[in-house]
Amino acid sequence: MQRTFPLILCFIFGILGIIPFIVPHPVVQHTDEFLRNDLLRILAAFALVLGLGSLLRVHFDKIQHRRENWQYSWVLLITFFLTSIIGLFGGVAGTGPLPTRIGNFSFDIQTIYLNVEVPLGATMFALLSFFMASAAYRSFRARSTEATLLLLAAFIVMIGILPLGNQISPHLPSFAQWIMDVPNVAGKRGIAFGIALGSLATALKILLGIERSWLGGGE
Amino acid sequence: MIFTIFLIAIAPPGPIRAYDTPDDGGGSVIIEWQLSPDDAILDGYEIYRSENGQDFEKVGFIGKSRNSIDDQTQDYKRYYYKVAALKDTIREFSDVSTPVMSSPQWIDRSKVNIFVALFILGSIILYFISQARKGRELYIRKISGLQAVDEAVGRATEMGKPILYCPGIGYIEQIATIASLNILGEVAKKTAQYNTKLINPHYDPIVYTVAREIIKESYTKVGRPDAFDPENVYFVTDSQFAYAAALDGIMLRERPATNFLIGTFYAESLILAETGASTGAIQISGTDSLAQLPFLVTACDYTLIGEELYAASAYISREPLLMGAIKGEDWGKLIIGGILIIASIVGLLTNLPVLSLFR
Repeated sequence: MQRTFPLILCFIFGILGIIPFIVPHPVVQHTDEFLRNDLLRILAAFALVLGLGSLLRVHFDKIQHRRENWQYSWVLLITFFLTSIIGLFGGVAGTGPLPTRIGNFSFDIQTIYLNVEVPLGATMFALLSFFMASAAYRSFRARSTEATLLLLAAFIVMIGILPLGNQISPHLPSFAQWIMDVPNVAGKRGIAFGIALGSLATALKILLGIERSWLGGGE
Repeated sequence: MIFTIFLIAIAPPGPIRAYDTPDDGGGSVIIEWQLSPDDAILDGYEIYRSENGQDFEKVGFIGKSRNSIDDQTQDYKRYYYKVAALKDTIREFSDVSTPVMSSPQWIDRSKVNIFVALFILGSIILYFISQARKGRELYIRKISGLQAVDEAVGRATEMGKPILYCPGIGYIEQIATIASLNILGEVAKKTAQYNTKLINPHYDPIVYTVAREIIKESYTKVGRPDAFDPENVYFVTDSQFAYAAALDGIMLRERPATNFLIGTFYAESLILAETGASTGAIQISGTDSLAQLPFLVTACDYTLIGEELYAASAYISREPLLMGAIKGEDWGKLIIGGILIIASIVGLLTNLPVLSLFR
């Protein structure tokens, strides 16, 4: 029963997920919306509590056992509780009962988000350009026939989209565009077919209870 | 004083037709009319609606050269429509349409072809699953990325280093995330057997709770429930780049011998893969995010491309029923490829109406 019940639930809710694709009637669509938005949100709220619980447990444990770099766990815990208190009692834009402004300095959750979270995210994103350069250097080394073809194609596409390409040959930009539109799209579509069929097979396997890895496998 | 009056005469729109929008959830009708012969000089068309055929109110305007519009309505209520050709302040009205009533439909006929295709492909997959159940030997081509899983786990064990498994930043309803969790189950069995530490940080709390149960079950299944350490499976954050930063930190501090980057990825894919590569770890990646595939192929030792990701758990576990599904997929691809080639040739040579099925 411990395994059968989740499988039955999976089958029922899986079928309920397929039906709205072909039935546009509001009764079906509203049920689908309820399942996707309301029910999933309730589940997510429970899961978030479990998730945050795990995060805190890991860091408390790290501090307790003085594991490597345990000091940084204090940074996480302090900022976690600080932002939680500000968010819960200060309101999103500082409209809650907790004062979130000292003179011109405001520290409501919106301000914290815009001035800490967003710039830190942008910093990480900016690192991408350096990683892209190092990855390009590695992949463009002509070590094999495939790598040489990749290098050639990349070179033509990059030169082709620059004004320089047109000066070298008026046919180069259209050839670069052809590489993007024909061989590139053909490859992408081939992968997309595989993905579509793989998704269908995976969905069938899970719905019919053939794939049970998500239950830890077994009979 | 001489007053000159220019009277511009415009012709009204032709016959008007209003009908319930087909294959929708109700609340909408479509109004179509024949363009006025003076369409070129018009400002556009005004659409009028009435519930009794007499008291009309304007419900819309559309520019010239356009001959249809949809209108939001209340289901099971009769409406009458007429259209006015408009030039400055001059309006010429069409005849009144026959009454129309919107209603929701139970079947979207425009998707029936997709449904039939799904049914056929699903039947092929089920056929091969049944063949596998009967014990038929099925050949599956080698997937080097999956063959390397044993090697990757073994290497980590020999080096005494952990394995990092990142399920991406997808949500539980995404098929790549589900496929990733299926692979996680198989990888967890191997780490349990070898007694290797498995670190599994998460972006989504729901995926985290499911993954924790999967790993726990896998450890129990191989008879090592005591080896499962819940502290190694944890939720980190649901912020994309904060998650990437956290994983980079884990890679640099813990120095895992093997990194699995399997699931849905966006811009963080290269940040993760390049950091992992810089630590010298074996990296096995897999995603169905087409835009991220080139990055992962470049920076990882092995990459599961698209469908290989979905086939992975069957390939690793070697369960005959799961292998049957992969065989079914391959036949599905063969059939689709064949149909596309035939349809392309027919499309180039003729203009048969059956080709509209492929649009």
